[in-house]
Amino acid sequence: MDVFIQTMVSGILIGGIYALVGLGMTLIMGVMRIINLAHGQLMMVAMYITFVLYEYFNIDPYFSLLVSMPALFLLGVLIQKYLLNPLLRIESIIPQNQILMTVGVAMVLTEVMRFIFQSDYKSVKTPYSSAVLYISSIAFNFPMLIAFGIAMLLTAGLFFFLLKTDTGKSVRATAQNKDAALLLGVNAEWITQLTYGLGAALAAAAGTLLLPIYYLYPDVGGPFTLKAFIITVLGGLGSTVGAIMGGLVLGVAESLGATYISMALKDAVGMVIFVLVLVFMPGGLKTLTKV
Amino acid sequence: MKPNHWSKLIIVLFLAIFPLIVPSDYYRHIFILALMWVVIGSSWNLLAGYTGQVSFGHAAFFGVGAYTAGLCVTKLHISAWWGMLLAGPVCMVVAFFIGCVCFRLRGPYFNLATLAIAEIFRLTAIVWRDLTEGMQGILIMRTFRNKTYYYYFALILAAACIYAIYRVIRSKWGYYFVAIREDQDAAESMGISSFRYKTFSLLISSFFTGLAGAFYMNYMGFIDPEVVFSLYFISIMAILVAIIGGAGTIWGPAVGAFIMVLLQETFRSSFFGLFPKWVSQAHVLVFGLLVIFVIRYMTNGIVGDWIKVQRLWSKNKEQPLASTGS
Repeated sequence: MDVFIQTMVSGILIGGIYALVGLGMTLIMGVMRIINLAHGQLMMVAMYITFVLYEYFNIDPYFSLLVSMPALFLLGVLIQKYLLNPLLRIESIIPQNQILMTVGVAMVLTEVMRFIFQSDYKSVKTPYSSAVLYISSIAFNFPMLIAFGIAMLLTAGLFFFLLKTDTGKSVRATAQNKDAALLLGVNAEWITQLTYGLGAALAAAAGTLLLPIYYLYPDVGGPFTLKAFIITVLGGLGSTVGAIMGGLVLGVAESLGATYISMALKDAVGMVIFVLVLVFMPGGLKTLTKV
Repeated sequence: MKPNHWSKLIIVLFLAIFPLIVPSDYYRHIFILALMWVVIGSSWNLLAGYTGQVSFGHAAFFGVGAYTAGLCVTKLHISAWWGMLLAGPVCMVVAFFIGCVCFRLRGPYFNLATLAIAEIFRLTAIVWRDLTEGMQGILIMRTFRNKTYYYYFALILAAACIYAIYRVIRSKWGYYFVAIREDQDAAESMGISSFRYKTFSLLISSFFTGLAGAFYMNYMGFIDPEVVFSLYFISIMAILVAIIGGAGTIWGPAVGAFIMVLLQETFRSSFFGLFPKWVSQAHVLVFGLLVIFVIRYMTNGIVGDWIKVQRLWSKNKEQPLASTGS
């Protein structure tokens, strides 16, 4: 029983961070209707920023959130403005050329980082990296607990932004119906840039929070891009509540799979869930909640 | 003959006698790989460029083809060349089931589903050690030491693939495919069963990709799951080859394959040793930049936007007549 509870606890904790990754992706999906296959790579860039700040300036990873998130926000806005938005005006045979563009962006980001930092594995070893809290016999990894807390705060902040502010309402309006939003005076071009920037910033937050408990190398982005779209589809494309649930479900499913099936099949569990959801519940988890 | 046909004839002749006039095994190797990519790129192009179903999971067929040939040796104890016969049908069976799952989905959902299925194949091949030897991979003895035989084999395969796709595109099926690409609902309402013709397209596409996989096994003599089921080095590369050459054109993927493979080798060898060593790290970076450039400025690829390319070359001269080669 203890093993089961322990598995659930670590699944939910990592799920909180996954939710953050998925939220960014689902925002982009909802507003622009494209899959951002550079999402994990944006996260990787943020991880390197955090790493550099810790290694050379000795700044605590949690404080470097204040640097990595704005930096990635800016990067996201630039990518959207100069690479993705111009594609809307071009006729092409393949309708998915925005997705292919994100693939190109992903490759460039990975390779630039490889150029600067080489392919070595890096990690940030803070004094509290391996600190553990015990509640009866269940262990809570301390950095993961903090990460989970900050992830929840950021999620709450995002919801406040989307539900209560004017700009947030414009974002939701653009997601619902771009043409109608345009007619009502929403600057849709700026909203798409803002959304991509926000998505990138959320990915950056996830990367920075993950760094004290994870390791870092230029190809780390790929697996996280896969996870991000699994979460997004699991939750229902474009649904923010769905992304949070999707993140938690994926976290729990992976850690259950790792404990009870095999460590090697951990990633396959996510993929199988993904295909099953696509086939039997194409709307994702959001169809269950109607949110 | 139009001058356009002459240039094509010269290219074909050049390819036919290439291994006889170039003695270096290294250059033959590059050309063999390029011809293999012609096959993969063209078959991806049939499904994506003509039928509009952008697959991110062609590594699944390539890998299944390669493993079919490999397992002929390790499990059936027959020559890996039998794999060339078996790989096509095996891939078609696999593709049929994949199609049943994926063709229920559209647009981005379809892209993601194919990507996920290829990943499932990769992970299965890693974990199922009894069948595939897992990460150890499969090592076989190559039949010929001389690369010339492999070269002609690849050339015949590439020619057969392009010719088959050319015939399909010119037939009734080809028009159905394009109709589905342009507007699936309209095609459906005209009485074209979109599921059936998408499946046909996928079957042909997977057949040739599987053959390319079996050829790869025979030629390289070694495979492991991370190589043949690789997302970036097979699935994405197939897309890049077709996009850069020109999706939805017959010759686009062939042009793209040669450009990509030559570019890759040029950078990997630091411009054949002329440039300092760090240049060799940049080959994937160059791919990425090329993709961004092509999608941004030549959306239909080099062959698809050939007129644009020509205009760049001959700014001051008289406008040349359109010769897109498709």
